[in-house]
Amino acid sequence: MITAHLPALQVVVPLVAAPVCVLLRRSRGAWMVAMAVSLFAVAGAWSLLAGVLSRGPTSYLLGSWAAPWGIEYRVDETNAWVILVVSVISAAALLFARRSVEREVETDRIHLFYTAWLLCLAGLLGMAVTADAFNVFVFLEISSLSSYVLVSLGARRQALAAAFRYLVLGTVGATFFLIGVGLLYQVTGTLNMADLAARLSELGPHRTVTTAFGFLAVGIAVKSAVYPLHTWLPNAYAFAPSAVSVFLAGTATKVSLYLLLRFLFTVFGLEFVAGGPVPLLLALTGIAGLVAASVAAVRQEDAKRLLGFSSVAQIGYLVLGVSLLTTAGVAAALIHLFNHALMKAALFVCLGAIAYRVGSVRIADLAGIGRRMPWTASALVVGGLSLIGVPLTAGFVGKWYLVAAALESGWWPAAAAMLLASLIAVAYVWKLVESAYFRAPSPAAASVREAPVSMVAAAWGLAGANLWFGIDASLPIDVANRAAAALLGG
Amino acid sequence: MEAFLGHYNYWIVVALMMAGLCTVATSGNLVKKVIGLNLFQTSVFLFFISVGKMAGGTAPIVAEGWTRYSNPLPHVLILTAIVVGVATTALGLALIVRINRAYSTIEDEEIRRADLHRLP
Repeated sequence: MITAHLPALQVVVPLVAAPVCVLLRRSRGAWMVAMAVSLFAVAGAWSLLAGVLSRGPTSYLLGSWAAPWGIEYRVDETNAWVILVVSVISAAALLFARRSVEREVETDRIHLFYTAWLLCLAGLLGMAVTADAFNVFVFLEISSLSSYVLVSLGARRQALAAAFRYLVLGTVGATFFLIGVGLLYQVTGTLNMADLAARLSELGPHRTVTTAFGFLAVGIAVKSAVYPLHTWLPNAYAFAPSAVSVFLAGTATKVSLYLLLRFLFTVFGLEFVAGGPVPLLLALTGIAGLVAASVAAVRQEDAKRLLGFSSVAQIGYLVLGVSLLTTAGVAAALIHLFNHALMKAALFVCLGAIAYRVGSVRIADLAGIGRRMPWTASALVVGGLSLIGVPLTAGFVGKWYLVAAALESGWWPAAAAMLLASLIAVAYVWKLVESAYFRAPSPAAASVREAPVSMVAAAWGLAGANLWFGIDASLPIDVANRAAAALLGG
Repeated sequence: MEAFLGHYNYWIVVALMMAGLCTVATSGNLVKKVIGLNLFQTSVFLFFISVGKMAGGTAPIVAEGWTRYSNPLPHVLILTAIVVGVATTALGLALIVRINRAYSTIEDEEIRRADLHRLP
């Protein structure tokens, strides 16, 4: 009975829980509500994914209004996977968040912090689950507006400037998306994705459709921080509260990239996309992002900002995988999407734990952390190795499939760029490791203790997942292959 | 000429959109950036509204003497987008108030300079 309504509950539960947090006015209570909702979302996502894998895609009609007039929620392999990633990262980030937020956010604002968190979660899950183009815009704005608020709650004043910048660029991106949806509606008279796909393929080449595609693609690229539209990301991640960096780095750009896949393959279709300059443009932005953002990461002095640039580079990998337009490329992108969420969340949790004890994440202030906070620092190393793509870590699996897919399509420059960026990743991860293990403790770090148990648990839970999925990657590979086959075949 | 005048609604939309985006990109004052953003969003509202309008059509309520009706769906959609726009403006202005308190300025360049020597 209740499982039939799971697609809607994924969105409705966090949406209803958000005002409950406002009414509670207690920071601990709000945290418990947010955690309970996230765990419910994880259980729901797992059940949805298991259902899709055994019985195929399911469709849910909101209020029983028949599609394409009503809003349809549709769960297939691809978005069941994305929903699972988002809810797992939210739960892991919340485990870390309780102590961290108590330190970094003013006490009387903490319940509002978790309210914004739940709204952001509702928006992200909604973007993933809905099959209605305008509904995507609504959820996109729900998640964006709440993430501007979350970023602005950072302790330093730069957080305000970063949040404002994020707001301006994010709104321009979302409005571009809205223009694209409007143009599509103008041509086809429908907003349902499956219906759009059917009518667009009947229509054939059409100038308005091409224009719509341009607006949609640029809008989504801004939201997913595809180079060179990434400028909002490094500062937003660097100055946001630690817990928010964990949450956003693992989820926000991932869901936007899912939208890119959805619009490229489900709505416009492989034939339309392959015919234009899109694959080349995607490949060029991917390669440029890989190299430029990796180089920028090496030059950072703030560890969170370094990871922000590294995220832009990793998005380059994903875009490059998608640009191949092959099942292997898209599957590799989906595998790496999951792995990148795991490794970035693990690394940001470690930096958050260090910020909690040391009070700074400047690389110079990490000095000697390896001896003072052995558990946190070792998780940082595991996350770093995964980021580089060392065998036996999740990062290796994703990059292996990406390089193999690129070589299979004969795109050796793409494979070369990926290897080059991995070498640069060695340089910037080494900066962190060298400071943590091979320098005498800085005055700030000389007297610190290991981070609280909840933080170490979150860090090692995520780092352990990086190791687990580096050794046994059968689940992500299986799901990603089926999702890619469905996207490109359907 | 006919094609140009027949699509005058689109020309208004394009002009407003360009003015808005240009203000967002070139203005150094944060409040002016928000105004530009508003202008940009308003142009999209106008676009949706004019898409739904039928020349000579009336509101989509069955009434005697009317055979042509406007399409209400784009109008309903844009109602949602207007709400989103208001929320964005409110949040943007609230951030500006706090930025002004923290930096004593709302000029982009001065904010950047104030943080330059402290940037990690």
